[in-house]
Amino acid sequence: MKKALLLPLAALLAAPAFAQPVDLTKSQLAFTLKQMGVPMSGSFKKFAANVDFNPAQPEAGKADITIDTGSIALPTGEASAEARKKEWFNAAQFPQARFVSSSIKALGNNRYQVAGKLTLKGISRDVSAPFTATAQGKTLTVDGTLPVSRLAFKIGEGSWSDTGTVADNVDLKFRLVLVNP
Amino acid sequence: MKQANRYHPLQIVLHGLMAVLMIATFAFGKYVHSLPLSPAKFQLMSYHKWAGMTVLALVLVRILLRLAKGAPALPGSMSPAARLVAHAGHLLLYVLMVAIPLSGWLMSSAYGIPVVMFGLWQLPDLIAANPELAPQLGQLHGLLNTVLLLAVLGHVAAALKHHFIDKDGLLSRMSLRG
Repeated sequence: MKKALLLPLAALLAAPAFAQPVDLTKSQLAFTLKQMGVPMSGSFKKFAANVDFNPAQPEAGKADITIDTGSIALPTGEASAEARKKEWFNAAQFPQARFVSSSIKALGNNRYQVAGKLTLKGISRDVSAPFTATAQGKTLTVDGTLPVSRLAFKIGEGSWSDTGTVADNVDLKFRLVLVNP
Repeated sequence: MKQANRYHPLQIVLHGLMAVLMIATFAFGKYVHSLPLSPAKFQLMSYHKWAGMTVLALVLVRILLRLAKGAPALPGSMSPAARLVAHAGHLLLYVLMVAIPLSGWLMSSAYGIPVVMFGLWQLPDLIAANPELAPQLGQLHGLLNTVLLLAVLGHVAAALKHHFIDKDGLLSRMSLRG
């Protein structure tokens, strides 16, 4: 019994050194898209974030975020179910999406730019997003928006690839609440 | 005298226009609701919402006209009970013409899918997104439409009774001709 407990603990200790605790209950991965000009939002309920970010040394910052694609939530149950299907996220074959940062730059005025690789549905692309970091007590809240072309990742294939109905651009809004050690 | 026994021409035009629009929106809504999710469904659902909001705008004009211009007198041959049924029926139709688009709008807001008229003008959300309430509002929207279907059938049956059985010329109140 003790060993069973120790094993995950050991794995935790062996995790990359840049790990900074992320309060997942306060963090969010949401997105907005437009269908027929109508804004619609959704979110991913399950994700893991391995982040190290210090506003004093932004260049040394790193982020590795793994998203459970099956945890997608849209306004209707029907839409959520549809989004897990093959034409969309194909959650059965590609259960995880991942973002790994390659660089973080300070833009001044508490604004930063993160670049990295986003892997969705087995397709990897270089992406870049601006974000802000707000310190409050022992937490640091990172807020940013990553504009994504859904078609670049084959999100919405077949008849869904028509951008006249569902627009190509999707804004991925991330909020990560980092707990400073 | 004959002129006073007739609705205002604008009321008559709106009556006909809304009859066509409401039947179309009703049937269209039933059809779209039955479709599985597809790009077409998104498109058609938007059209249904535009039509519903148009009904709401037109009925508001119609209510104002009704308040300003009133309605022509009912035939003297009608019994007090028949008059009461006629007034209650018309009141019910007005209530439904307002309540049904409103319930659809409320449902859209609750689902977090706002109504964007003609894809151009986003209408304000009536209530905050509420995933628990949304399907209940959907049921209410459906229920009110069933009541509307029955009310309209009653409305048409009454009109036909006046025309073919009572032969009291009541229908000329809603006609531009004659």
